[in-house]
Amino acid sequence: MKFSLKIWRQKNAQDKGSFVNYEVFGISEEMSFLEMLDVLNEDLTLKGEDPVAFAHDCREGICGTCGLFINGRAHGPLRETTTCQLFMRHFKDGEALTIEPWRAKAFPVIKDLVVDRSAFDRILQAGGFVSVNVGSAPEANSILIPKKDADHAFDAATCIGCGACVATCKNASAVLFVSAKVSHLALMPQGKPERQVRVLNMVKAMDNEGFGNCTNTGACEIECPKGITLASIARLRREYCKAKLKP
Amino acid sequence: MRKIVIELSSVGKKFIMGFTGLFLCLFLVVHLGGNFLLLRHDNGAAFNAYSHFMETSWIIRIIEFVLLGVFVIHIVMAFILAKENRSARPIPYAVNKASENSSWFSRYMEITGGIIFIFLCVHLYNFLISQRFFHDYPSMYAAVKTIFHNPWYCAFYVICLVWVGLHLIHGFQSSFQSFGFRHPVFFPWIQRAGLLFVILIFSGFIFIPIYLYFAKSSTAVETSYFGQVSRIRDSHLKMVHKNVKIFSGSKGKS
Ligand code: HEM
Ligand code: SF4
Ligand code: FES
Repeated sequence: MKFSLKIWRQKNAQDKGSFVNYEVFGISEEMSFLEMLDVLNEDLTLKGEDPVAFAHDCREGICGTCGLFINGRAHGPLRETTTCQLFMRHFKDGEALTIEPWRAKAFPVIKDLVVDRSAFDRILQAGGFVSVNVGSAPEANSILIPKKDADHAFDAATCIGCGACVATCKNASAVLFVSAKVSHLALMPQGKPERQVRVLNMVKAMDNEGFGNCTNTGACEIECPKGITLASIARLRREYCKAKLKP
Repeated sequence: MRKIVIELSSVGKKFIMGFTGLFLCLFLVVHLGGNFLLLRHDNGAAFNAYSHFMETSWIIRIIEFVLLGVFVIHIVMAFILAKENRSARPIPYAVNKASENSSWFSRYMEITGGIIFIFLCVHLYNFLISQRFFHDYPSMYAAVKTIFHNPWYCAFYVICLVWVGLHLIHGFQSSFQSFGFRHPVFFPWIQRAGLLFVILIFSGFIFIPIYLYFAKSSTAVETSYFGQVSRIRDSHLKMVHKNVKIFSGSKGKS
């Protein structure tokens, strides 16, 4: 297969950046989107040009490092799929592909398609944790958790922090990500002691990073590779109200 | 005040947006209820009595000020949210297929809201300012009849009301989400109820100007009077004032 690529190139955070067109040939249907870019980069390296920088790590859809805006969709056109798990057979041979980095004030571009997502780290530092005593590991089954709570918490915990929700939101709101983290810990007994401070601090940290506000358009739940839904955002709002109303 | 707005979190702002938005929905129901009096074949007696009550009752005065406050909060908050949201993405995407993940009326709430704002100004000028403050017409019923006698006004109202409907198709259910109310069983029903609400309310609101435009005035005297007023009003407003004074002087205010 071959593709006409239009890729955002930007030397560094200060550079203005622009689109550059490339052609790639000899792509097999079984290649992932990132492997297609690897082919392009090998080609560029042989020609002595600077390869296209893009973020990736596990390449099996579990780490949240990859993330590209492909033809107007975060992580490409498929539902519940990360960029690394998107395969070229889902595109037409010869198709034109526009590849852009996540666009948000809180996610500045570092180079080409790589953005700085440390805003998410700072939100997590504000409350995305539980405090436990160090020492010998506690008995795993001593705290009983209702199956329903465990399931909901697990669903929320699958958020990989990729930032597709921010990338796709018309307001670059991070509330789907924050709601997943808040829901995950609020539902577990281990998260209960810090439940109120957590939601207040995380929302505050989110607002301080310059993300937009949520308009409930629902674009994030369509693009989230892990299927986090608006129900999670609703839970964040309930948690927030409860914490605010608590004396 | 400034401090409160700055200290409000993104969650708090949406809560206020949802609360004021739902309050405005309630207002629309009451407003439509009153408007239905226009459909009675009594030459506006019931509608004028209702409008007289709205004009003189102190309870209604208090409610009107609450309503004004709610509108102002909703609109000011809309501007703050829109400004923050716009600055959150300084560089737009070259290609963005937003229609594949969200409805357009959810993405253009600022636009539909902005059109409602323009409509609101015209509407308040048409009735509240020109009738209640300046008494341009002998009665509120006369004001309604005169204004909807003009096909351009009729078209303008109908078109604007469609945008109010589009604002609410997203807005009604969105406000419940803003409160954190999203139950797997009940929420789809809220969405359906919202759609039904929009359809019922707006077929009601849109029906009235269209009906009044096509309805024949019930008496000959009335027809000639309105024909006269709309003609004069278009060319020289001053004459209308005089005309109205004569008219209301002879018949008394209804
Ligand atoms: C009869 C008049 C109006 C009604 C019934 C109404 C109702 C609503 C409702 C129910 C919402 C949803 C709130 C939420 O998502 O939590 C909303 C949102 C909104 N309204 Fe209105 N509204 C009216 C007038 C206006 C006006 C005049 C403007 C602007 C000048 C406006 C601008 C907005 C905006 C921008 C939003 C979206 C806010 C966001 O989610 O980011 N609305 N409205
Ligand atoms: S909520 Fe979904 S889209 Fe957002 S960061 Fe987590 S996994 Fe990515
Ligand atoms: S590289 Fe880890 S999720 Fe894609």
